[in-house]
Amino acid sequence: MRLTFREVMLGVRRSPLLSTLSVVTIAFSLFAFGLFGLLVLNVDRALRGVEEHVEIVAFLADGTLPESISAAMGDISAFPEVARVDQVSPEQALARARAELPEFQDVFDASFLPPSLEVRLKEGHRDPATVKDVTQRIQTYPFVDDVRYGEDWVKKLYDIRNIAGAAGIALGLLFAAVAVIIIGTTIRMTVLARSREISIMRLVGATDGFVRRPFLIDGFLKGLIGGLLALLLTWGANYLISHNLIQTVFFDPGIAFLGVLGGGIIGLLGSALSVGRHLRRA
Amino acid sequence: MIRFSHVVKEYPRTGLALNDVTFRVNKGEFAFLTGPSGAGKSTILRLVIVEERPTAGEVRVSGSLTSGLPRGEIPRLRRRIGVVFQDFRLLEDRTAEENIAFALEVTGAPREGIPARVSRLLTQVGLASKGTSYPKELSGGEQQRVAIARALVNDPVLLVADEPTGNLDDRATRGVFQLLRDINAAGTAVLMATHNLELVKRNTYRVIEVNRGQLVFDSADGNGGAATVTSSTPA
Repeated sequence: MRLTFREVMLGVRRSPLLSTLSVVTIAFSLFAFGLFGLLVLNVDRALRGVEEHVEIVAFLADGTLPESISAAMGDISAFPEVARVDQVSPEQALARARAELPEFQDVFDASFLPPSLEVRLKEGHRDPATVKDVTQRIQTYPFVDDVRYGEDWVKKLYDIRNIAGAAGIALGLLFAAVAVIIIGTTIRMTVLARSREISIMRLVGATDGFVRRPFLIDGFLKGLIGGLLALLLTWGANYLISHNLIQTVFFDPGIAFLGVLGGGIIGLLGSALSVGRHLRRA
Repeated sequence: MIRFSHVVKEYPRTGLALNDVTFRVNKGEFAFLTGPSGAGKSTILRLVIVEERPTAGEVRVSGSLTSGLPRGEIPRLRRRIGVVFQDFRLLEDRTAEENIAFALEVTGAPREGIPARVSRLLTQVGLASKGTSYPKELSGGEQQRVAIARALVNDPVLLVADEPTGNLDDRATRGVFQLLRDINAAGTAVLMATHNLELVKRNTYRVIEVNRGQLVFDSADGNGGAATVTSSTPA
């Protein structure tokens, strides 16, 4: 192992420019991927925020007995899709309407507004089909006059989410593939620069494993350093955007750690592929 | 030590490099491999060090049949063979000592024994005072001596030399060749590819000559080699 590390250090010392170039290339490839990840994260969070407002409002018939309402609330709360059920009395509805539309506050009268139940759904159950299904079940109560849930709005929101999700995966894969190709090519340059040394090592009886090891460690370390630099750059970009344009969120530490580790693994795999190809050919 | 039986080597791009070559180099023997450029000498040497495998026929080196040898076994076989090239193939950024030690290190030799072994080998090749010199600080002959010392680190049973004097002047050639003779006298078989007909003629060692991929002469067959040897044209 000592010898392997000595070879890694020798490799770096021998071609500092190529080593720096490798790390910078890896850093910028991962930075582009990181920025894209940040975009996906924030778009997803924004959509999730909007989605939380998906709610079903069931208007109740006048004169519905409080016991019936309580029983229905109990039933509906027990639906697996339902997060919470709130009862809104005509007085509460009036206060809300007056607050939201102050110019009409003299027009409203509590007697115009029916009592209602506001049903919020759990995360993962806010898609149009589930919302419609829950709505239909609520409609079966005889004292429910009407149920509203903004069908068009829910559908549009989901279309946007689906498009954003698909675009996110496609572009993410594309960015990742570009990063892997660029990193692989950079590492291949390092391997080619040392091809003479590799041929001498093999000539004197070094095993493929022995030849490969320093390159794998070299690739992993460069990937790791590149990943750290990319994380710093992404954090800097996020800081600038957050302080000058719009409020954004950053990756949580676990994801950031995985990103840096991912850089190391891409470096390792890139090296393994490049050296493997070189050894098979030589 | 080396046994070629009806060996054929064909490359996809350049075609037939060796055609039905059969010969044998015995333990402790010294043999010249001669022939014009492109005759197949380097292909034979590459087959011996298992850089190539035969298309047909059999190559046996130190008892191992190379065609069926698993990839993982090749390094072990190479440790029993020393190899020397015309262009020395030394690592330019390492001293003579480090170049020799490197060959020991890659084979996993115990660290504590390496300096003494390197020093002994440098003395053996006449470079005891040049251990800390870098290749570019050494003459061609000295660089080849370092390469020979490196080839000897694992006490090989066979030394394969591909034009080892090709880049050297007469004096250096004599020195390097004497070194190869000494190594052979100590029991290591030597197979030396060369264009240097003077060298071949001045010595009584066995001569194997190839031309256009075929073995055209082998002095071990008892025909006397002088006439055939002169048919080799220097590069």
